[in-house]
Amino acid sequence: MMAAKLAFIFFSMILTNNYVLVKFLGICPFLGVSKKLDSAVGMSAAVTFVMVLATAATWPLYSCVLVPLGLAYLQTIVFILVIAILVQLLESIMKKFPPPLYKALGIYLPLITTNCTILGVTILNFTNGYNYVESLICAAGAGLGFMLAMVIFSGVRKRLEDAEPPKAFEGLPITLVAASITSLSFTGFGGLIEKIFGM
Amino acid sequence: MENTNKKSSKLAIVGNGLLHENPNLRLVLGTCPTLAITTSLFNSIGMGLAATFVLIFSNMAISACRKVIPDKIHIPAFITIIAGFVTVVMMLVQAFMPGLYNALGVYLPLIVVNCIILGRAEMYACKNTVIDSALDGLGMGLGFTCTLAVMSTIRELLGAGTLLGFQIIPKSIEPIGILVTPPGGFFVFGMVMAVAITIDLRQGKKVVSDPEKIGCAGCIHSEQCGKEGCE
Repeated sequence: MMAAKLAFIFFSMILTNNYVLVKFLGICPFLGVSKKLDSAVGMSAAVTFVMVLATAATWPLYSCVLVPLGLAYLQTIVFILVIAILVQLLESIMKKFPPPLYKALGIYLPLITTNCTILGVTILNFTNGYNYVESLICAAGAGLGFMLAMVIFSGVRKRLEDAEPPKAFEGLPITLVAASITSLSFTGFGGLIEKIFGM
Repeated sequence: MENTNKKSSKLAIVGNGLLHENPNLRLVLGTCPTLAITTSLFNSIGMGLAATFVLIFSNMAISACRKVIPDKIHIPAFITIIAGFVTVVMMLVQAFMPGLYNALGVYLPLIVVNCIILGRAEMYACKNTVIDSALDGLGMGLGFTCTLAVMSTIRELLGAGTLLGFQIIPKSIEPIGILVTPPGGFFVFGMVMAVAITIDLRQGKKVVSDPEKIGCAGCIHSEQCGKEGCE
């Protein structure tokens, strides 16, 4: 039962509750970094990594420190600071590692502090009342869902480059319309996960 | 004479945010709430006003502290100031408008990472006086609210047939349901942006609509972006 619930959370975060295409979190990197496949993968791998770490750090902090002290209203401030510190820390650590790893993930780290998916997932874990394990699974699923959306969209973007849209649609507007169609394909998953796991 | 000049320049700061540098349509900042909460006009106006409040006060606070904050830690410092004001807004909304608080959900605390606010802090408030920064915050906030209102009017009216909860289009006419779903959000945003660009093209202005050029220009990460990140 427990495993089924975890699998349900994991897959529904990737497909039916995809953060980018269904919940509209992290649209800026979705539009900005999706032009090339490598950078899309690198960015989303870094996001997934930080997301899981941030959840691992904020969950105990909120439940064991802020709530007992009656400081739950400081959630936003504390979480964003934890994320900012975490990103800085990771960047310094990665600089010590062999250059390939830093080149693959490190350059995207500064972009992550203000990525709303990270703060979003840490806050939503409490809104949904998940326990520690469920929160971690949820964060991993959200990160992989982000990666899936980025990879699919970078493929769409490649086709878009050769297209010749009307003058007014050049650049961002046509990209948004393409994103709309990509998002439409994800609505096809609606109800799928619930049916499989019978929830 | 000098006085009127001064007045018009102050007005120009506010007008800048409303039209030429509209945060959503021109600088392409804060796209997440623009897409997510524009399914109803009431929610968008609430969201817009909450963001405007945070923008004005965080712009003022950052502008007042701009000489004290060391350059190296300016981003964490700015984020802390913004998070403080966001918490104030969250508590006010929760106390006086619980319905709106529930409707906005996670997007209310996410004002912290709304790039409009950090972007304006970085682009404007840390270089200008307190009063100018407050006016810039007001203009940008109103520009944001207006865009949200336009988007949500289209989506609510055509997608659900209502406006502010009142039935406008008779129930016998089937509404275009897809407009209130996520794909509709992307689509309407693209259309509204195309209309804004058409207006600028008609006026003979040069339009840069490459996502990398405008999207990142207002972003705090433009430095890394230009080099490696956003290639």
